[in-house]
Amino acid sequence: MIRALPGVLSAALVLLLTLGTLAAVFLRADVGSGLSAADWAAIRFTVSQAVISALLSVLFAVPVARALARRQFRGRGALITLLGAPFLLPVIVAVIGLLAVFGRNGIVNDVLGLFGWNVSIYGFHGVVLAHVFFNLPLATRLILQGWLAIPAERFRLAATLNASVWRMLEWPMLRLVAPGAFLVIFLICLTSFAVALTLGGGPRATTVELAIYQALRFDFDLGRAALLSCIQFGLCVVAALVVWRMSIVDAMGAGLDRVVQRWDLNRPIWDYGMIACAALFLLLPLGMVVLQGLPGLFELPQSIWAAALRSILVAVGSAFLCAGMSLALALRGGALVAVIGVLPLAASGLVVGTGAFLIVFPFVRPADVALIVTMLANATLALPFALRAIASAVADVQADFGRLAQSLRLTGWAWLRIVVLPRVRRPLGFGAGLAAALSMGDLGVITLFAGQAQETLPLAMYRLMGAYRMDAAAGAALVLVGLSLALFWIFDRGGRANVDM
Amino acid sequence: MLICKALELQQGDFQLSADMQFEAGQVTALIGPSGAGKSTLLAALAGFLAPISGAVLWQGRDLAKDAPGDRPMSVLFQDNNLFPHLTIAQNIGLALRPDLRLSPAEHAQVSDVLARVGLEGFEDRKPAALSGGQQSRAALARVLLADRPVVLLDEPFAALGPGLKNEMLDLVQTVLATSGRSLIMVTHDPADAKRIADQVVLVANGHATPPADTSTLFANPPKALVAYLGAGMG
Repeated sequence: MIRALPGVLSAALVLLLTLGTLAAVFLRADVGSGLSAADWAAIRFTVSQAVISALLSVLFAVPVARALARRQFRGRGALITLLGAPFLLPVIVAVIGLLAVFGRNGIVNDVLGLFGWNVSIYGFHGVVLAHVFFNLPLATRLILQGWLAIPAERFRLAATLNASVWRMLEWPMLRLVAPGAFLVIFLICLTSFAVALTLGGGPRATTVELAIYQALRFDFDLGRAALLSCIQFGLCVVAALVVWRMSIVDAMGAGLDRVVQRWDLNRPIWDYGMIACAALFLLLPLGMVVLQGLPGLFELPQSIWAAALRSILVAVGSAFLCAGMSLALALRGGALVAVIGVLPLAASGLVVGTGAFLIVFPFVRPADVALIVTMLANATLALPFALRAIASAVADVQADFGRLAQSLRLTGWAWLRIVVLPRVRRPLGFGAGLAAALSMGDLGVITLFAGQAQETLPLAMYRLMGAYRMDAAAGAALVLVGLSLALFWIFDRGGRANVDM
Repeated sequence: MLICKALELQQGDFQLSADMQFEAGQVTALIGPSGAGKSTLLAALAGFLAPISGAVLWQGRDLAKDAPGDRPMSVLFQDNNLFPHLTIAQNIGLALRPDLRLSPAEHAQVSDVLARVGLEGFEDRKPAALSGGQQSRAALARVLLADRPVVLLDEPFAALGPGLKNEMLDLVQTVLATSGRSLIMVTHDPADAKRIADQVVLVANGHATPPADTSTLFANPPKALVAYLGAGMG
């Protein structure tokens, strides 16, 4: 019904940034010398850390989800909301929090130091720790959904038969849900560059993405960066295809606020202990960000504020672009749009960035277009999440009011302005908020492009950490997380205000 | 005059044929069992469903190429006849200007038509603030203001109670069925047809019979109508 052009342009941009950058990478890949031993090590490290991270996340999530599914307590709703928060939390902020707890001078080492022990957060187990921190909440939500999807009548039936709930209901459910959760998290851990950048490194803890970054930034070996990008793409595609075949339960959905009545609850200590451990594991690093960040605010160099302004501009631009593209694609509809909507899920920010670098490099200085490329890439990478929220709302509007509008000659821009926009404001605001927060915290594409003059807040913060100015970095982390949540809140709020449907 | 010329419709495995004409100024009821294709026929007239063969003609002209909004018809659907986020005045103003840029004179027209359906002073309310009957009146007001020669009613009052439904049917008859307008209404209740329809089309067994005079038809019902009405009636 609506003019096709905006939808076509959006699809073209997504295709350019996903398949186009990929083509650039393929064309430039330097296969001459093949893969070095270091490359093989990077591949092994990437896959093994992702497997272990996903495995641990799911293993720990099972008892936590089980406890949340069957216990009702004050603060349960808040805790479940908190489980959704890591999605919006900038990775580098979480890393600062984890360093404050598990780092060299962190709480854990202070305690262990009393016995003469210490642990290091850098390397394999640091990367895994950060990944579990991010993905335990996601795994818990996915599995909790599976638990709550078991009809209450089945529990009643099991109780009357005096049968084992675990064997009859819970184990079969887990066998369905857990593999899906594992694969989603495995895919996420394949492409989490910022964790590897901050906690990995060195010959024994370099991911493929980190190797791309090093080839491009330090060695300026474009052929090798392109070759590594092809490998990263291959890894992602294999994982994405497997995920695609499994049907994944929607983790963003609501409805996690009910508790099923059960008759087999005799050990509350175990359940509440699991919940307390999980809450502590998630809240302690976040609390440390605030605790160390507050004094750090006074240590912030002047340049942080310029970086923050750049980040806000990129995030707001990316939010509007992402919401606009999602709306245009949703209005166009169709199978092709559905495919375009999930393509970015299989894309790695670093591969997109490398491709974009190769495309613009012959024409302009990459640093000059750092912010605009970051904005476009962030909007594209956030598109699947925004589109999922917006597309179903647009489909509802078309189903409810499409014929009425047609019979009133309400078409084109008038249909968009008078009917669609007012009715999809909520998901549009939510999608834009999501894109803004993701873009605000992004430490991927920007690292490939930016010089000193284009640094965004996450990059400025990373550079402070690299210079061992941890107090200032903690202050920047607090500013960053505050701005991310504020942007999300403003957009989401904007979609909700004065809505009467 | 609106003509269905050897019309063949298909929706999934369902097929319906119709060959008939609707005279100007007549109220025609489409009755028949649910799932028989009453709404399908209406959708084809309105332009939401393209026929696999045959044509819908208006004043001798084939309407096949006309979009629903360009046909000489207004439609009232079973539900969702008002946009919930627009005021009553905006909902009705859509009949005059789909882009809602109304002149003062057009605003006055909106107020006039609201008064004619008994909704004076309701301009700035949202549909949710109105009762079911008032919402139906507002939707009727828009049809009235659009002033197209054919009005299609797809059971818009089905959700109202019997008293309110009769009230709305009477309002349709007194306000809409005037100045030579043709009304075609879907109903599954023979009482509705008897109340306001001049003629009845029976839709059953994949076929729509040509319109027959209401009182004659019910006095001497054909087999398909008896089957629908049941043994105790007719």
